[in-house]
Amino acid sequence: MARAVSNNRKLLNTVIAWTIGILIFFPILWTILTSFKTEAQAIADPPVFLFFDWTLENYEVVQERSNYARFLWNSIIIAGVSTILGLIIAIPAAWSMAFVPSKRTKDILLWMLSTKMLPAVGVLYPIYLIFIELGILDTRIGLIVVVMLINLPIIVWMLYTYFKEIPGEILEASRMDGASLKDEILYVLAPMAVPGIASTLLLNFILAWNEAFWTLNLTAAKAAPLTAFIASYSSPEGLFFAKLSAASTMAIAPILILGWFSQKQLVRGLTFGAVK
Amino acid sequence: MGRITLKQVTKSFGDVEVIPPLDLEINDGEFVVFVGPSGCGKSTLLRLIAGLEDTSGGTIEIDGKDATGLPPAKRSLAMVFQSYALYPHMTVRKNIAFPMRMAGVDKAEQKRRIENAASVLNLTDYLDRRPGQLSGGQRQRVAIGRAIVREPAAFLFDEPLSNLDAALRVGMRMEISELHTRLKTTMVYVTHDQVEAMTMADKIVVLRAGHIEQVGSPLDLYREPRNLFVAGFIGSPKMNLLQGSEAEKRGAVTMGIRPEHITVSATEAAWRGTVGVSEHLGSDTFFLVNLEGYPDPITVRADGEVSLHPGDTIHLIPDESRIHRFDAQGLRIP
Amino acid sequence: MATQQSRSAARMMLAPAVVLLLAWMLVPLIMTLWFSFRKFLPLRGGDLGFAGFDNYTRFISSSAFWPSVQTTLIIVGGVLLITIVLGVILALLLDQPMWGQGVVRILVIAPFFVMPTVSALVWKNMFMDPVNGLFAHLWKFFGAEPIQWLSQESLTSIVMIVSWQWLPFATLILLTAVQSLDSEQLEAAEMDGAPYLKRFWYIVLPHLSRAITIVLLIQTIFLLSIFAEIFVTTGGAFGTKTLTYLIFQRVLESQNVGLGSAGGVYAIILANIVAIFLMRIVGKNLDT
Repeated sequence: MARAVSNNRKLLNTVIAWTIGILIFFPILWTILTSFKTEAQAIADPPVFLFFDWTLENYEVVQERSNYARFLWNSIIIAGVSTILGLIIAIPAAWSMAFVPSKRTKDILLWMLSTKMLPAVGVLYPIYLIFIELGILDTRIGLIVVVMLINLPIIVWMLYTYFKEIPGEILEASRMDGASLKDEILYVLAPMAVPGIASTLLLNFILAWNEAFWTLNLTAAKAAPLTAFIASYSSPEGLFFAKLSAASTMAIAPILILGWFSQKQLVRGLTFGAVK
Repeated sequence: MGRITLKQVTKSFGDVEVIPPLDLEINDGEFVVFVGPSGCGKSTLLRLIAGLEDTSGGTIEIDGKDATGLPPAKRSLAMVFQSYALYPHMTVRKNIAFPMRMAGVDKAEQKRRIENAASVLNLTDYLDRRPGQLSGGQRQRVAIGRAIVREPAAFLFDEPLSNLDAALRVGMRMEISELHTRLKTTMVYVTHDQVEAMTMADKIVVLRAGHIEQVGSPLDLYREPRNLFVAGFIGSPKMNLLQGSEAEKRGAVTMGIRPEHITVSATEAAWRGTVGVSEHLGSDTFFLVNLEGYPDPITVRADGEVSLHPGDTIHLIPDESRIHRFDAQGLRIP
Repeated sequence: MATQQSRSAARMMLAPAVVLLLAWMLVPLIMTLWFSFRKFLPLRGGDLGFAGFDNYTRFISSSAFWPSVQTTLIIVGGVLLITIVLGVILALLLDQPMWGQGVVRILVIAPFFVMPTVSALVWKNMFMDPVNGLFAHLWKFFGAEPIQWLSQESLTSIVMIVSWQWLPFATLILLTAVQSLDSEQLEAAEMDGAPYLKRFWYIVLPHLSRAITIVLLIQTIFLLSIFAEIFVTTGGAFGTKTLTYLIFQRVLESQNVGLGSAGGVYAIILANIVAIFLMRIVGKNLDT
């Protein structure tokens, strides 16, 4: 039972919370605003906040300089396919750990998680060689596989925690009702776990979207996603603040919009299913 | 069609043997109740029959065919779970249709059977609701509906009433009994509540630590419990068990007498004691009586309203023809 | 709760994930181990034969090694400390009744969605640039000399940037945990006359311990391998070279694969030490 709180107290809370919220959000807001300024206004001192000549020229320049659409498409494909592939592999694994646990289940789960701790850089060169050998350097396939593998432990773990909340008796009932394993997962488990699966999907899509080690090191031009697109602005040209801001906005906008629309699942997903 | 035969069935979890070799015959159309205290292996036994657990040894036959290695789906058994185990994302209609959908029953036939089950179970108005919108009793009926439409060889019930409140439980008990009368299908029912066992069963199987202590009709068990455990477990209130001189007088180590087989006498009689606590239920009155020479009180049932108060002296006449005698091993002396 | 059939099905279903991860772990690991014992310079002659423990001794005796371990630990520790302390405070604040809680939550979560390369670039240029950055303007406004953030206060700057990225995550997990706190417990404590700080210390904080371990675990996993933030901002200069970055330089910039691989093995050992420590905690928490 929430206790009644005086409106004064509530007002104070609101003011403090909004101030902090806006402060935390400010770098993003500032980037978006700057992307609509001219270069001169972008570095003006004192800074201009809202009253400037709004312009789209930076977006045009960025688009001319680098083919945004191609990077965006690569990001979507890599993040999307790797996440879906990960789910396809992880759902059966999580089913098996959640509903047919054995003595080793916990060890396997922790081991999977521990593979996330392997420093990527320690195995960068071997992976690089393997990629050259297989001819998948700078291809989307190669990145999809790698990104899928680095997120797989998290996907399995999240699904496992969600599945564990589903009573095993319901799955047994479906078995008694004549459901095969495929039917059991497809018609009973998956629909019941939809919120959990959606959260897992969203969060891992974002993690994949933002993955910046392998995507920077294993791509050159063809398969480069938005992380590489934006990294190309780290050169001194980055000093053109307005254009940098436009490029940044373009790189993060898809995820921010996705996040805005799927707030509920994301918040659930962000806790990695670990905290209820 | 629904004869289940267990031959030398055993079950171990690791080194722990929960069910030692066990034989049991369940006849077609019988209502069999497995009853026993918690942890006696009754649910495990049911799950073995269902195929949700593997046997560690022995064979299970259904209608004369070996079903030991069959997966649950192939045994033509339907089960009603303690938690009902309804599919929360499906409407009542879809829940009931699920087993038929899995079996590939054609749509028209599905519809017919669903409507039939719904009318039998008073669910017609709820077919398009989800389980979350139903009361406990309604959920229970949906679970039963889901079992009926499969037209199984036998129904398995795993403590189906334990999540219901007391009033509903009595109602559902009747409904399940009626269902059995109507369908005449074999039912295997697990409960820890001996009242459910006594009221519903054709045949009761009393289990303790995986052992079958006795198999028989409710009245068989009531009249002739084979040992002290069954004597103490079946019947409510519990049978009074006395040792010492009264037992020796009758040639037994322990003698048992049910509260309803002791009569209160106005005059000096065989037993004398003082009244302890009394419970007046209107139709009956139960006394706890401290018999002379016995440390533990015995329970006595009297008809109607009897006015005796704590501390009063009371005279009792045990019905000698209804006395049970047990030997040193706790077995019945015929 | 299972039969032989479901157990064998379970093994089949688990197999793909296990096999893939095992391959993903073992194949490169074995290759790294192999290279670490070779003198291997791809651009200067390729594989020049067995090198014994040469790479290991050279890597560890290099003047950059210990500072890089120190830098790694400072960044991980600093970010953990900041995000957890601020996260707890923010979580308690956001749990209070207020108007527009949903919007505030979105604002606070937003940085998590920003890809590391973007946030590093934005912070580096638009905020921390010593001439045109917003901080420089701010400092000048108050009459102070602007700070050369990424050269003079490089480590602080990086910790700041990374903390900004991870604070949302910590806040959110802790908020979820705060919301699950039984308010009757707090009310009982209040009735018992416990002042706010005591209530926080004896009831709220213990309740949050599980959530804090989760934050600790997940953030450590990600923080140990932060790369883009350094790659984009300082390029490892000004004392911001983490172990990860040092190895990256050895392998890709100096093209000394043998040496880099030895460094990789050290990094793996370091990560395993941290992992064992963390897994103990999480293992305990998984039981509950």
